[in-house]
Amino acid sequence: MYRYDEFDHRLVAERIAQFRRQVRRRLAGEITEDQFKPLRLKNGVYLQLHAYMLRVNVPYGTLSSRQLRKFAHIARTYDRGFGHFTTRQNIQYHWIRLEQVPDILEELASVEITTIQSSGNCVRNITSDQYAGVARDELADPRVYCELLRQYSVLHPEFSYLPRKFKIAVTGSPNDRAAVAVHDIGLRMHRNAAGETGFEVLVGGGLGRTPYIAHTIRDWVAPEDLLAYVESILRIYNIYGRRDNIHKARIKIIVNQLGIDRYRELVEEDFAASKDTPRPELPPDEIDRIAAFFAPPPYEALDDITDELDALAAGDARFARWLRHNVAPHKQPGYAIVNVTLKAPGAVPGDITAEQMDALADLADEYSFGELRVNHRQNLVLPYVRQRDLHTVWSKLDALVLATPNLNLLSDVISCPGLDYCALANARSLPVARDISARFVDVDRLAAIGPVTINVSGCMNACGHHHVGNIGILGVDKRGKEFFQLTLGGSSDRNAALGDRLGPGLAQEEVPDAIEAIVDRYLELREEGERFLDTYRRVGIEPFKEAVYGVAEERAIA
Amino acid sequence: MTGLVRNGELVEDRFVDASGAEALPESGAVIVGLEQWQAHRDALLLRGEPLGIKLRSDQMPQAIAGDIEHFDVIALEFPKFRDGRAYSYARLLRERYGYKKELRAVGEVLLEQLHFMLRCGFDAFEIRDPDPLGAYRAALSDYTVWYQPTGDGRPTAMQLRRQRLQQHG
Repeated sequence: MYRYDEFDHRLVAERIAQFRRQVRRRLAGEITEDQFKPLRLKNGVYLQLHAYMLRVNVPYGTLSSRQLRKFAHIARTYDRGFGHFTTRQNIQYHWIRLEQVPDILEELASVEITTIQSSGNCVRNITSDQYAGVARDELADPRVYCELLRQYSVLHPEFSYLPRKFKIAVTGSPNDRAAVAVHDIGLRMHRNAAGETGFEVLVGGGLGRTPYIAHTIRDWVAPEDLLAYVESILRIYNIYGRRDNIHKARIKIIVNQLGIDRYRELVEEDFAASKDTPRPELPPDEIDRIAAFFAPPPYEALDDITDELDALAAGDARFARWLRHNVAPHKQPGYAIVNVTLKAPGAVPGDITAEQMDALADLADEYSFGELRVNHRQNLVLPYVRQRDLHTVWSKLDALVLATPNLNLLSDVISCPGLDYCALANARSLPVARDISARFVDVDRLAAIGPVTINVSGCMNACGHHHVGNIGILGVDKRGKEFFQLTLGGSSDRNAALGDRLGPGLAQEEVPDAIEAIVDRYLELREEGERFLDTYRRVGIEPFKEAVYGVAEERAIA
Repeated sequence: MTGLVRNGELVEDRFVDASGAEALPESGAVIVGLEQWQAHRDALLLRGEPLGIKLRSDQMPQAIAGDIEHFDVIALEFPKFRDGRAYSYARLLRERYGYKKELRAVGEVLLEQLHFMLRCGFDAFEIRDPDPLGAYRAALSDYTVWYQPTGDGRPTAMQLRRQRLQQHG
């Protein structure tokens, strides 16, 4: 993985020193909360309902065991013994004291982790495929470009005061696991006719109040032009993006107001005009230099041991389930990718205790070259596990309650923190997520249902990405009471789609029954080999409406 | 107090900001708004006095791209610190339109933003502080590392790394 050099270290140290002075001025009353707010936000410090929250970047989701141990240490020393992984490859601490933040930042800096631009109207953490570097279907490792983008976007002099936050995601694989089509900029690597690797650039995707799937602004950008092209997109957004209304300030709004063709014209004009001026060109040897940091680990020459694993699985149904659902194929023979879902029955999605973090760091050291990944579904990954270690790793994870075999199954629920923590929320999303995972505990039934994504957001800001859940759940407040609106058919993969609204909102306690009804109807209707999403796309929303609301009730509402 | 710091020195502002004013002073250096410039271009040039122009954040510098030789000062306004359009305007003026004279940041100019402004090409700043020059110097000492190339020509981390590799390689 990437390692800081003296320049990276110095910049982070300077940033922390500056923030330490700002915190001191705030605590001494020399500046008001209003003046302090933009300063703390750019350092990832939020003021929530009960305490300060600190949002920490895991750059493009790659994490060392040393960094994870540091997260555990911070959870124990400065928080309440746990952390919370989000949908953007961040970890959040929800019970932080402001006066301790500069010390926390120094602890993080010692392991090359920062909170810089984890909030604020600037380029946020660059996110990527959690299987980067190990996926069989990958063209090239997207993290090389993520790191170049990370450096490029840190304290950018021109783009630190954009109209609104700005999220960039990169995938190096045609099977998009980074949800690039719902980002402000999505980058998809592909090959041109000459066999060179470059980028399809998407722009203007996003969720929130006004969800949009991104448009392709350019089919092909060569790697050496990538940053310069991104710079032109950012410049046009910085100049033209709306600043009159915070809810209309994201790039998706201006792209759709101007139209993608006009937006493209402006970007292309700027990109052409910037050719003879200082712009962030990427010399091939610089790309190579960064790529060297992401060289494969020292794999052993091994063969796949499919038969042995099958035999082990035949004798142990629990191991078999985990193997089937949580383990993904690896590009290196004899190795496997192990997914660790943070979605045990009744758990808060994404929460992890300090003890679990330490134990996982140990497992990573022993079985995964000391490296882990964070995905955008609030789960972790051990990316380099020898197949012959799978059974041992499974039993150790099982002892830590980290082997729930539910990856991409119905109880692998994504949820924002909701009204239990967040000042923006309208409803408590976590109890809904918990109720669902508590309702669907039978792993055989989950397996029979097959892949279904459920996403819960506690308000229309959509941090739980409910629009792109196969089943989306949005908490709303109606006259002081919390209701939950369901959407069906959303997806964030290569054929990204926004969900369709099912019908009137439900009370919290009605949600698990509604999910049951939807699932039962799907099981009645599905044809051989169909996932929930396939069946939904074939039959449409009506059968599910009827299942949840009943024919008579539906008429009465109409 | 508000002080004008230009090229690292506290200086007296010889320009009168007449942007939006009904009438201009009889003589002396003035800063006018874009509307005044467009309406009274010839008269303003005939004054034979130093001339500046102030652009609001919703006025793109393309509007004066062909006229920059006439201005001794271009002032870009930050109506709110969070309105970041003028950072892009500054780079366009410096790097694309070739403007060489004073580029002044006015309005809500926060100390934390000075280094960004400097890198985008501003060389003069209206600073609200009891000690404008001291505050300016302190703010600029916050950072010594830059990742992005801009028209100010400071070497980026990438350029310094490459230099070092070439020296040792």
